[in-house]
Amino acid sequence: MEPVSPSPPVAEHPSREVIRGAVVRFAGDSGDGMQVTGDQFTAAAALARNDLATFPDFPAEIRAPAGTTYGVSGFQVHFSSQDVFTPGDAPDVLVAMNPAALKTNLKDLKKGGLLILNSGTFNATNLKKAGYEVNPLEDNSLDGYTVLSIDITKLTVTSVKDTGLSNKEAHRCKNFWTLGLMFWIYSRPLEPTLKWIESKFGKRSDLVAANIAALKAGHAYGETAEVFQHRYEVPAAPVEKGEYRNIGGNTATALGLVAGAQLAGLPLVLGAYPITPASDVLHELSKHKQFGVTTIQAEDEIAAVCAALGASYAGNLGVTSTSGPGMALKMEGIGLALSVELPLVIIDIQRGGPSTGLPTKTEQADLLQAVYGRNSEGPVCVIAASTPGNCFDMAIEAVRLALKYMTPVILLTDGYLANGAEPWRIPRVEDLPKIDVKFRTDPAGFHPFLRDPETLARNWAIPGTPELMHRIGGLEKDYNSGHISYAPDNHERMVKVRAAKIAGIANDIPPLTMEVGEDSGKLLVLGWGSTYGSIREAVQRCRDRGLSVSHAHLRYINPFPSNLGEVMKRFDRVLVPELNLGQLVKIVRSTFLVPAESFAKVQGQPFKISELEDKIRQVLES
Amino acid sequence: MSDLIAPTKLTKKDFETDQDLRWCPGCGDYSILANVQRMMPELGIPREQIVWVSGIGCSSRFPYYMNTYGFHTIHGRAPAVALGVKVANPELSVWLATGDGDGLSIGGNHLMHCLRRNLDVKILMFNNRIYGLTKGQYSPTSELGKVTKSTPAGSVDQPVDPASFALGVNASFVARSIDTEAQHLGEVLRRAAAHSGTAFMEIYQNCNVFNDGAFDAFTDKAVRAERQVRVEHGKPLLFGANQEKGLRLNPRTLGLEVVNVGEGGVPLEEVLVHDETNPTFGQLLARMPFPEFPVAVGVLHASLRPTYDGTLRAQQKAAREKLGQGDLGKLLRGGSTWTI
Repeated sequence: MEPVSPSPPVAEHPSREVIRGAVVRFAGDSGDGMQVTGDQFTAAAALARNDLATFPDFPAEIRAPAGTTYGVSGFQVHFSSQDVFTPGDAPDVLVAMNPAALKTNLKDLKKGGLLILNSGTFNATNLKKAGYEVNPLEDNSLDGYTVLSIDITKLTVTSVKDTGLSNKEAHRCKNFWTLGLMFWIYSRPLEPTLKWIESKFGKRSDLVAANIAALKAGHAYGETAEVFQHRYEVPAAPVEKGEYRNIGGNTATALGLVAGAQLAGLPLVLGAYPITPASDVLHELSKHKQFGVTTIQAEDEIAAVCAALGASYAGNLGVTSTSGPGMALKMEGIGLALSVELPLVIIDIQRGGPSTGLPTKTEQADLLQAVYGRNSEGPVCVIAASTPGNCFDMAIEAVRLALKYMTPVILLTDGYLANGAEPWRIPRVEDLPKIDVKFRTDPAGFHPFLRDPETLARNWAIPGTPELMHRIGGLEKDYNSGHISYAPDNHERMVKVRAAKIAGIANDIPPLTMEVGEDSGKLLVLGWGSTYGSIREAVQRCRDRGLSVSHAHLRYINPFPSNLGEVMKRFDRVLVPELNLGQLVKIVRSTFLVPAESFAKVQGQPFKISELEDKIRQVLES
Repeated sequence: MSDLIAPTKLTKKDFETDQDLRWCPGCGDYSILANVQRMMPELGIPREQIVWVSGIGCSSRFPYYMNTYGFHTIHGRAPAVALGVKVANPELSVWLATGDGDGLSIGGNHLMHCLRRNLDVKILMFNNRIYGLTKGQYSPTSELGKVTKSTPAGSVDQPVDPASFALGVNASFVARSIDTEAQHLGEVLRRAAAHSGTAFMEIYQNCNVFNDGAFDAFTDKAVRAERQVRVEHGKPLLFGANQEKGLRLNPRTLGLEVVNVGEGGVPLEEVLVHDETNPTFGQLLARMPFPEFPVAVGVLHASLRPTYDGTLRAQQKAAREKLGQGDLGKLLRGGSTWTI
């Protein structure tokens, strides 16, 4: 835990200690309800006005065989009375619901950390499945941690025995018992979760009663069992005034798309095919039909992008959402979109690859695919979100750029942003950017590829407009008439104008500024996407120790902000941390001929702050 | 389809573009184009409300020659693009031009889903049983053993019958016609245009360069009366120069049989009367083996059920009636919020 010094103990038994914050990880079988537990615990922290960040980490299988290490599902939350940028490197508290969860998570727990175990699951079968030869509760392997071994299974079953649930259903209330205990430890009120249980299980009054009983029993256990030295309290974080909600990256992306379409005054058509971790964007958008949002669950990824493009052709805002393997399938459709120069928003929520890879784990390795993945010269605009809340802003930005420049825009997020959550200051609608859309209606001098001299965007004439009937397609077009043309010089001219149009977007995006530190010095850490929080915190910690290091973060990748080259020149060295083998660094080096250095990690997991701190120190010392 | 009436009566010429036609001289596509251009003015739909969408292949050049809106997309994906077009603006009259390769090989998946969804679009599949634009490889409708550049020893895959495929995935309108049969093709096009839902038309189209005469065995003037049965709803399934042959159901095989009708044959009452609303008729007619049986042309099946785009629209209307026009500020403040 992060102590606040001096820590004023509250006169009460057991003592209530005010702490700055903590990192808590819930781990159990994928059927143990750890994600629900984590979500509810997070909601309580948000209601207490803590700043927070979450990191759900679950297997690709819906119900992997019980008790196995590969079926372990985890949810980590970092909450604090100070600014929080990441879900935290190492948990202060680990809740392990079975031996497999202990086996796979113990290595991360801080030395001296609190370990809460469900001893009721530590039987011979489960120990064997987890690969324990000796029961860790009975050897000395847990020395050095504060261990609370509680038979949560038995206590849960006892607490719900009056509700008439089957034994199997009774067992499934364990997560609420555990949550009740955690609520007691962190002095959280039960009411919001009680309400949630009622609305969630409303149709089954026995489940409502049982889960409430389990929650209360866990809470009462903390009160009466006298095994705890402390309860903790995390005060509210001092944040900017405003109205807040907790938001996850996929929800923020979906809301940003709705907002973008509303700001542009266009109906939105989403074409999507279910894929982890992108499906929640489809789910969320399908709820908002009253905003003129239509969702099409297409027959495949190709149909999804093509339907989105068809919708844009007809004058709506076409959007498609997917993850890496789906992205690969969409590329020909994206190529058509850039060739016919229609607006199209593509959301790629990156996951571990190649191929099916690690569906539920995070990675940033689709960058080169996004920037270069089309056949021939296929420039598109590529942008990336840095935090769950930033997904909202970047989704609006994707809409704005797609419509203004008549181009596909790829928005890169990833599994870490998609499933992570943070408190989000709700913007006022009147503060959101205006998006101006003009359809061509004037037949005088019209052809479909007439361009705005400033943006180079072609005019957009949609079916239904009298006198503007025209044909477009993927064949090369004549610059001056839009008709099919195979002429050599014309082709080169068209290739160049499509490239110049995308390059020109650099004049329409904010210049790169420092997130942390001066705009010159020994080392610039240049990040992009979801590594924002870890880099920011690591750079801050290094600066606190007097190191000359700054952090800049790219949200625009193609084109880059126009000052990127100049910014890098002001530093002796540039370090580019990425969750891939060095993709951004490759583009940066080839574009600017700078000796930027790569720091790569490809484990399906985000950077730990400590890893980045070590690397920064190492670079500065070398 | 739009209720708008064109202010002035359009003619075939109004649907022609200034583009040079780039099909081979003698190609069956010319006559299909001419028939479509002749039929379109009759629909009374303003040209700007009509969209032609196509994939890749000879047939998919079609939109360039129609003075309407047109989108020449990528190989096999026309139904998917059309899905977005029609959903975005259900008022548009959306037509697809595709071929046997585009529609049934690379795009078979999209065609299947378009048909089962019953999206309100009209699909013309030009079936020439060959790949033309890539210069003569066998297609998914080529007969078994087809010798082509890519199959010098003969193709080894069984062909698919487009009409039977369409019926198999629950298409609501399935018809067949022939490129050179102007009157018949015109009638089928008119029926398709009037249909609410996906109208699938298989048009036998001669590729005089790579598969010349592919359909002569039943389209030649000399044999067509004997080798084609022109189906019409409510009329007996008769063929032959003097309509002296008919199709009868054999209750033992649950299949069709060819019978002589009238003198020396069976009474007319025993001949099946075509019921286009019953998909079993369509399937039996589509799957008749040739040359033991004639080739069935005309509207094999037509029935009504809700369209995909219509149902989506209704859901959207219902959501607006229930929840009102969306309020963005309220949406962003969804869930539990707190103010600092």
